[in-house]
Amino acid sequence: MKVVYTDVLVIGGGLAGLRVAIGARRRGHDAIVLSLVPPKRSHSAAAQGGMQASLGNVIKGQGDNEDVHFEDTVRGSDWGADQRVVRMFVNTAPKAVRELAAWGVPWSRVRQGDRTVIINGEKVTITERGEAHGLVAQRDFGGTKKWRTCYVSDGTGHAMLFAVGDRAIADGIPVHERTEALSLIHDGKRCFGAIVRDLITGELTAYVAKATAIATGGAGRVYRVTTNAVICEGIGAALALETGIVPLGNMEAVQFHPTGIFPAGILVTEGCRGDGGLLRDASGHRFMPDYEPEKKELASRDVVSRRMEEHIRKGNGAKSRFGEHLWLDITLLGRQHIEHNLREVKDICRYFLGLDPAEQWIPVRPAQHYTMGGVRTDHTGQAYGLRGLFAAGEAACWDMHGFNRLGGNSVAETVVAGMIVGEFIADFVESPAGELDIPTTLLRESLAAERGRLDHLLHHGGREQADTLKAEMQQTMTDNVGIFRRGPDVQRAVDKLQELLVRSRDIGLRSRRDGPNPELVTAYRVQKMLKVALCVAQGALTRTESRGAHFREDFPRRDDAQWLKRTLATWSEPSATLPTLSYEALDVRAMELPPGWRGYGNKDYVDHPDTRQRAEEVAQLREKMQAAGRHAVQAALMPYEQLLPPGLRGRNERIDEKVTP
Amino acid sequence: MSSTEETRPVAKHKNVGMAPEQAPPVAEGPKRMLHFHIMRHDPQDPLSVPHIDVFELEEAAGMTLFIALNEIREKLDPSIAFDFVCRAGICGSCGMVVNGRPGLACRTLTQDLPAEITLAPLPAFELIADLSVNTGKWMRGMSERLETWVHSLGVEADLTRLEERMDPELADRIYELDRCIECGCCVAACGTARMREDFVGAVGLNKIARFALDPRDHRTDDDFYELVGNDDGVFGCMTLLGCHDVCPKELPLQTQIAFLRRKMVKAGL
Repeated sequence: MKVVYTDVLVIGGGLAGLRVAIGARRRGHDAIVLSLVPPKRSHSAAAQGGMQASLGNVIKGQGDNEDVHFEDTVRGSDWGADQRVVRMFVNTAPKAVRELAAWGVPWSRVRQGDRTVIINGEKVTITERGEAHGLVAQRDFGGTKKWRTCYVSDGTGHAMLFAVGDRAIADGIPVHERTEALSLIHDGKRCFGAIVRDLITGELTAYVAKATAIATGGAGRVYRVTTNAVICEGIGAALALETGIVPLGNMEAVQFHPTGIFPAGILVTEGCRGDGGLLRDASGHRFMPDYEPEKKELASRDVVSRRMEEHIRKGNGAKSRFGEHLWLDITLLGRQHIEHNLREVKDICRYFLGLDPAEQWIPVRPAQHYTMGGVRTDHTGQAYGLRGLFAAGEAACWDMHGFNRLGGNSVAETVVAGMIVGEFIADFVESPAGELDIPTTLLRESLAAERGRLDHLLHHGGREQADTLKAEMQQTMTDNVGIFRRGPDVQRAVDKLQELLVRSRDIGLRSRRDGPNPELVTAYRVQKMLKVALCVAQGALTRTESRGAHFREDFPRRDDAQWLKRTLATWSEPSATLPTLSYEALDVRAMELPPGWRGYGNKDYVDHPDTRQRAEEVAQLREKMQAAGRHAVQAALMPYEQLLPPGLRGRNERIDEKVTP
Repeated sequence: MSSTEETRPVAKHKNVGMAPEQAPPVAEGPKRMLHFHIMRHDPQDPLSVPHIDVFELEEAAGMTLFIALNEIREKLDPSIAFDFVCRAGICGSCGMVVNGRPGLACRTLTQDLPAEITLAPLPAFELIADLSVNTGKWMRGMSERLETWVHSLGVEADLTRLEERMDPELADRIYELDRCIECGCCVAACGTARMREDFVGAVGLNKIARFALDPRDHRTDDDFYELVGNDDGVFGCMTLLGCHDVCPKELPLQTQIAFLRRKMVKAGL
């Protein structure tokens, strides 16, 4: 029996996982990171446009602060987010940018003086302040009141991942590359680590740890059309689900990004629209102002994606042999800007579309992009149900995104959650609860169970092909659980996925070696992915309202009276074919920002019975405390600072907001 | 290897329907039959002998090597090993030798290649199987040796205060070099790397140039000389500059190596 022991086992080597490991390491604990691929190849690298943090350095960001970022994020979430977690996040995001700046991220910087930008299709000259010169710059992004998205050209995620990846190397953190966790070791109460497969040799090892963190990213690949990397298969969520105890939160909340290139689904950044790019239809008409006069192309992603599909349905799509699409026009930004600030976009257009975006429009259509749901955790990142299990980043439902995430808030979440959860994991490891007392029988049995599963796949001669099942699942999800959802379609998807899940228990392999065997990998992953897909579909079927990215055509209104609650999906037993759903209510009476209209999108919604009273309370308190300053008002409305690790509680300095040390 | 090639049957697949991830439309015409000559070997299998297998596929509109290889795996040979992650030219996982030239397979369109396509793993890296090589292990080793991170003076930044200012131009110049994706193509194309196992390659030299440019890194030229002022570093380069020619991110490797060499000569005096 091969056993590896460490204090903190981090599953996933992207930004969130690496930052968690660094946090634990800096508190003096050993950490091992497991990664399917070399960590710098993680999907974090694909985040192009930037990271939101309310630094307020650029002139169009002047007046920005945590309060504005908080409100934008909560509105973006369609009130699905945990507002205390959003507060923890917005207060830490500026610190994360500053930490990364110190670690070497070459953030694009403010240059003082005049510059020409495109706003609402017009050339406008803005003047950057002298006192901002050389500080980190921000660009405009969807669903934000201020220019808040800090960026490194359009390679933000890449630059962040390399800086954090190199920092992990500097701190001597081992990354076990090309390894995959197959299951969590647990006794129903506490998590003890994971059973891990070496993807090169096929060998199984029990990794035993005081604390285990899931940071495996999203589940985009349960869909056929997605911007996600091929490794984003929701396996971390499945590991938690398969414990039978830990719930996944809000899996039906799936974001579709407006500008996947058509038809390959590769992402071009929201920065295109943030910097002034426009959406046009088959006749070249700029249609977004017709639907969204307030925010136009820069409404939140769920809204823009729906409007695009709606516009195509009305017959305004450009036709191609692969189907219909719309156009993203960034020609008005000029070649200089594109080659400087949007060079990945230029490369993607050149290599995958054979076009020059400085001259030609880019064919786009919404594509699956982000998994708001994930392993449900409390504000410390501790998963529900199993002590010693944590989750961070896209894999988690922490829950700062609710039913729709704002652009620029995902890479921000990775490092912010990494900073916060890393501290809480260290606290846990140092506490009496962190002590390990593990029977070796549990290790042996856990290893034997996984060995048995693999041997069954390799040798029992099943009749089903893994890649066929996977393709059918992906098509089913894209066809029926996409941007517009209808009860009968989603029901059809649930039925189909259940059938596929049953069939997946009879997968046979053509290739029977146990080492680098891609067919075996697809086989055991598709069994897990189907369970995750079923959580998405069943959650979408049951939620008879529309909220954020979850849009039911047969229930088009947001219904706070019935549905201001978080879906929790558990998998009660291995033989089940459906998750068990339960719900946890959000408490309107504790909200700093009671539910209302988002400022874009649908104005028609059903109020929660507590909303009016809470709104009045909040309004009165704000008026009464007007003179007390924004921090005092905030603390009176919804205290949160005590929830943060002590080292991250400080206020953030800005040009216009000095902090006395 | 050519004899092996002839004795092996050609696995065929005719393309019906859409590839799983279609790329953009190309001009309609008679479809080509493509022949993929793929280097196969499993070093863990004592019976495995390196050889070339040939697979026949019908070309589809906008087909990339990512699409083609996945189709081969799905329909012709489920055991074939290769690496893709982002499939968008961003992550650097899919470096391989395509008709003799290292490049990123995911963004290589078959329409830009002849009908006979030879694929081999990147040389200079440990072979995992078939087209999959262990670039990650190599890069981590290089990073540890060259200490590819900002060396500050041990004072942790106060994260509540304004960040240090940086000249906007300089930030852009650092990013220009920071764009390296560690795909390994430069190492695979390097004559020195084939002869000197410990040569840090253009990827390593570029990183040193990047950190030398960064005022947040307090290492001096003398410190950098300790790291690359030898034949495994900048003086090992024979200026064949294959690295510069194949770099998928078009990094200015030629200039950086020349610049670093001058700097290191000065530091070494």
